[in-house]
Amino acid sequence: MATTTLSARATRSVQAAPRRRHHTVDRPRRSVTLTVLTCLVLIYALVPLVWLLISATKSQAGLFDSFGLWFSSDFSLWSNIKETLSYDDGAFVRWFVNTVLYVVAGAGGATLLAVLGGYGLAKFSFPGKRAVFAVVIGAVAVPGTALAVPTFLMFSQLGLTNTPWAVIIPTLISPFGLYLMWTFATDAVPAELLEAARMDGAGELRTFLQISLRQLAPGIVTVLLFTMVATWNNYFLPLIMLKDPHWYPLTLGLNAWNQQASTVGGQAIFNLVITGSLLTILPLIIAFLFLQRYWQSGLTAGSVKE
Amino acid sequence: MIIFALVFLAPIAYSIYLSLFRNQLIGGNSFVGIANYREALTDPNFWSSFARVALFLVVQVPIMLGIALLVALAIDSGRLYGRSFFRITIFMPYAVPAVVASLMWGFMYGPRFGLVGNIEDAFNVTLPNLLSPSWILASIGNIVTWEFVGYNMLIFYSALRVVSPSLYEAAEIDGAGQWRIIRYIKIPAIRGALVIATIFSIIGSFQLFNEPSILKSLAPNAITSYFTPNFYAYTLSFAGQQYNYAATVAIIMGIITMVVAYVVQLRGMRKES
Repeated sequence: MATTTLSARATRSVQAAPRRRHHTVDRPRRSVTLTVLTCLVLIYALVPLVWLLISATKSQAGLFDSFGLWFSSDFSLWSNIKETLSYDDGAFVRWFVNTVLYVVAGAGGATLLAVLGGYGLAKFSFPGKRAVFAVVIGAVAVPGTALAVPTFLMFSQLGLTNTPWAVIIPTLISPFGLYLMWTFATDAVPAELLEAARMDGAGELRTFLQISLRQLAPGIVTVLLFTMVATWNNYFLPLIMLKDPHWYPLTLGLNAWNQQASTVGGQAIFNLVITGSLLTILPLIIAFLFLQRYWQSGLTAGSVKE
Repeated sequence: MIIFALVFLAPIAYSIYLSLFRNQLIGGNSFVGIANYREALTDPNFWSSFARVALFLVVQVPIMLGIALLVALAIDSGRLYGRSFFRITIFMPYAVPAVVASLMWGFMYGPRFGLVGNIEDAFNVTLPNLLSPSWILASIGNIVTWEFVGYNMLIFYSALRVVSPSLYEAAEIDGAGQWRIIRYIKIPAIRGALVIATIFSIIGSFQLFNEPSILKSLAPNAITSYFTPNFYAYTLSFAGQQYNYAATVAIIMGIITMVVAYVVQLRGMRKES
């Protein structure tokens, strides 16, 4: 297929060349219309974020009496941030620390397991491998929240609910991460390379650490980022597992602040909810922007096999 | 593998076990066989919640995937100015937690200090209340679309990148226009990604929970305790203590999801061959 295409191109491009000197397939003509159309989607994606950013600069009163997409006369971003961090004895900071703990332990552990598991499944053959594959694919398809209620009941019998373990242990398993790592490792680490390393007398562990890990790096970053997002944004699992606000992650905490407005006698703190939301999403957006080179190549490689 | 068994296999087994029993005030825990299933399958609340997510699935998923596909094709065509900017920006909402997304949109929908209220003031018109019972599903659909358009776009885009450019060149030399290239080369090439994204979206729709749960405090009248099957199961077990019945509902939804996902996969793969 590839050879015929190439030869066809070679013969025909001779006549076609003059016409397409400037606009080749690799560098087509830029289209203003298409750019404008895509801009509509871009605006759709950005408006809520801009609204959030602008609203975070407003005081409670400013929120109610100024236009949503422009700044109000009193610029109170700094006082909002200060108040968010100190409200309720610094609950926000504590939730932030909790979230970081869940992300580091949960997403880090999930990535480690996915890398080891995916690498093992891709590079070693053992009996029952097909069965494992079927189970992993099945696991991707099972709705995660359907498992939450029984998991909760089990954990409560083990006495694990209301502790950080209840959030960390379930996040350790990421069928999607395992699947991505598996397909990635199959392609990224050539069998010849492993052969050569083994010939040179390197043990399995050393081969893995010194050769395979380097090849797997983009895949690892991708899995890490996606499990990080999943953990950072997790709401359902902590919602059922945790009753004690002391262990809340940010998502639960923000929602609790929001609900405070609708309870009787509760103080409405919409400006803090909005500023807190902004502070919650900033770390992830920064992580995605800085690591985009890695995760985009990782995702591309992962999709080859699909 | 131990952890895998602990968090994955054990809950499935346990929930099947639970769904076969019933805890009553008199008589305690007793084996009731499929009675819970019979009850769930005739439960109007369950079916109303199921119909709601089914409607959501049929309307929201095609819109979301359609937009995602168009944007992916537009970015891949290389005819945009500043395409990496588009790619990263449209993807950005994915990094926003469902909680924050729902709160933001919820506030913006709200007539009090949201954008809807602003538009009403500015143009002196009365818009429908997006948090009212008749509009809430569309409002949630918008939130979910906003969150996942970029993610799906990136999946499609990654798949498009893998297609060898020599195919396009050959097609162009043979006189095929852009639309024909899209129709006969690009779409078939990313069929796998399309099927995967569809399956994930179906699973996501059936599991819908976060957005209604968070919007409930902003729109208490519009969201009932059986708004989605998942929400229903949650309410049953944590407000009503009916763990057995909740497990039953969860299992039924899980089975339906897997069947639908499997059918989609079969259809998608059959077309490929």
